[in-house]
Amino acid sequence: MAGQTLYDKLWSQHLVKARDDGTALIYIDRQLLHEVTSPQAFEGLRLAGRRPWRLDANLATPDHNVPTTLKERAEGNAGIKDPVSLIQVQTLDDNCNEFGIEEFRINDPRQGIVHVVGPEQGATLPGMTVVCGDSHTATHGAFAALAHGIGTSEVEHVLATQCLLAQKMKNMQVRVEGQLGTGVTAKDIVLAIIGRIGTAGGTGYAIEFAGSAIRELSMEGRMTVCNMAIEAGARVGLIAVDDTTIDYLKGRHYAPSGEQWEAAVADWRQLVSDDDARFDKVVTLDAAEIEPQVSWGTSPEMVTGIGGEVPDPAEATDETVQRSYTRALEYMGLAPKQKITDIRLDKVFIGSCTNSRIEDLREAAKVARGKKVADSIKLAMVVPGSGLVKRQAEAEGLDKVFIEAGFEWREPGCSMCLAMNADKLGAGEHCASTSNRNFEGRQGYGGRTHLVSPAMAAAAAIAGHFVDVRRLDAQPAVQEA
Amino acid sequence: MNKFERIDGLVAPLDRANVDTDLIIPKQFLKSIKRTGFGVNLFDELRYLDEGQPGQDCSNRPLNPDFVLNQPRYQGARVLLARRNFGCGSSREHAPWALEDFGFRVVIAPSFADIFYNNAFKNGLLLVTLPEETVDELFREVEANEGYRLDVDLENQRLITPSGEILEFEVDPFRKHCLLEGLDDIGITLQDEDAIRAFEEKHRAARPWLFRDSAQA
Ligand code: SF4
Repeated sequence: MAGQTLYDKLWSQHLVKARDDGTALIYIDRQLLHEVTSPQAFEGLRLAGRRPWRLDANLATPDHNVPTTLKERAEGNAGIKDPVSLIQVQTLDDNCNEFGIEEFRINDPRQGIVHVVGPEQGATLPGMTVVCGDSHTATHGAFAALAHGIGTSEVEHVLATQCLLAQKMKNMQVRVEGQLGTGVTAKDIVLAIIGRIGTAGGTGYAIEFAGSAIRELSMEGRMTVCNMAIEAGARVGLIAVDDTTIDYLKGRHYAPSGEQWEAAVADWRQLVSDDDARFDKVVTLDAAEIEPQVSWGTSPEMVTGIGGEVPDPAEATDETVQRSYTRALEYMGLAPKQKITDIRLDKVFIGSCTNSRIEDLREAAKVARGKKVADSIKLAMVVPGSGLVKRQAEAEGLDKVFIEAGFEWREPGCSMCLAMNADKLGAGEHCASTSNRNFEGRQGYGGRTHLVSPAMAAAAAIAGHFVDVRRLDAQPAVQEA
Repeated sequence: MNKFERIDGLVAPLDRANVDTDLIIPKQFLKSIKRTGFGVNLFDELRYLDEGQPGQDCSNRPLNPDFVLNQPRYQGARVLLARRNFGCGSSREHAPWALEDFGFRVVIAPSFADIFYNNAFKNGLLLVTLPEETVDELFREVEANEGYRLDVDLENQRLITPSGEILEFEVDPFRKHCLLEGLDDIGITLQDEDAIRAFEEKHRAARPWLFRDSAQA
């Protein structure tokens, strides 16, 4: 009999009941909640007269709607100027209060983007099932946790039953082997993967990322890769446990300690795919061939290397592809065969659950140190993923590096990743963004998003257009990935 | 959830691949704490020529005459015909809420994104997956024939075209059952309360660190 994949193991450890019709009830260890996808779920509970099954499994924080300027944040919830956003954040506070769920409120130093907060607190542990009403829950798979995004009805279902109705996915392995080039990062790996398999390539699969280049990544880098599994169509991204995972977790607030820590570590060491495990699909990439990536279109699969150019729709063989390329170029205001390095930028956004952790900020700061943001850039902003990331960055002096270079240094939240708060692109503006989605209107009505790594975003801010971060004069800045 | 009744519905074609949930319902409308009222903002950026704001009266906004759902021949459509990877992107359940609130009960496409697929069925929206060639053919038919309708018969898992052709489709038995009976998932799951408690006890004994209230101080 073939061995088990990591996904198979996590699945069977949480299987409460398999039904004849192929669906299963799986037990959920952790639910993260934010203000956008939870109000209707709490309302549903109330209407049915139900209580949460297990309070200690839940953790909440507002992130999507919170303003990011210091002045507004100093006022707490009252600083939220949009009345509709304010109601949503207030509703989360009220619901957590009413039901007794732990919440890091707007001015708690531990507040931040849920996917940054969970791991940072040790609230995401290997071997857990983790859900959140947010598709980027895939992030937590970097810890060998079975983590996926769910809809609001499912949020209510998990609150009420501590279980989720699910169907087992297929197994895919994406192997990235070899050595990454200088200045090439986790973000470039995942964009290259999406460019290869497409935004529906992982639909129906749990993707396990493996290979020497993945093993070499820090936990921050691994989270960046798993975060964007959803952009490849997969609800779940996974990476096996190793020393990097265990070292990261030691001493985190919700991580076990003492004897329990030893027992947990022994258990976690099993969270790897068996050597003879069978995957339904295997994709292999050569790390050495990955260039810094830049997306040119309105879907994350519309991406190329910094040395590349915008494609010519006329050369597409498939008619549907041809139409979507034409449509994308029109929306993005780009010409066929235009060089990526010729794309002029208006704004730069460094942040989001993909790239707002301390390591991301360090990478960007290395590039920005001692430089100035180009005059043609209207706004370059850095938004840390959580209050604790912000503190850490300030302790390392990164805030000064950014401010001196002409970046704005903001308070934590989702910010311009999806522009639900006041941070947005204007119509027609091009933005180098470290976020995860370049959909039409995502960062503001008519806004044009180009997805890149933090180092590439910082380099673009300084040049005013995309440049190859590997060719900057201050090379030593971006040595490690 | 309402029971899914057999419908004979007008079909509207949305000829575009990878329709994402940001396009189905843009983020500014996610600020609502209700489940209803999203229909007027369905496909907001495609449908109107200006930028929509939550809570705004949409009756006076300039409509995009090129957008398919604004064309008179598709008014009252209940079946949406779409291209591959429909519903990709975020987990927002507001997407199926908006489609339903607008009046759609069925979406037909060659493929759907996973989270959207789940969310749709939990809200009584039927998603029908058909082979790419069949969808191509339907696009041609719908565009060529004004007033093109499909009879959607979930019970027998088939669509019947105006010419009487039968197109069969697959749907998993549990989802079909819930849709036909209008069942609430939570109620069904709670019938297994004992099994959940038993599992939980075993799980806690094996991995106490997963339970914050049994963590060591
Ligand atoms: S940072 Fe962006 S992608 Fe991540 S949770 Fe917030 S809005 Fe979603």
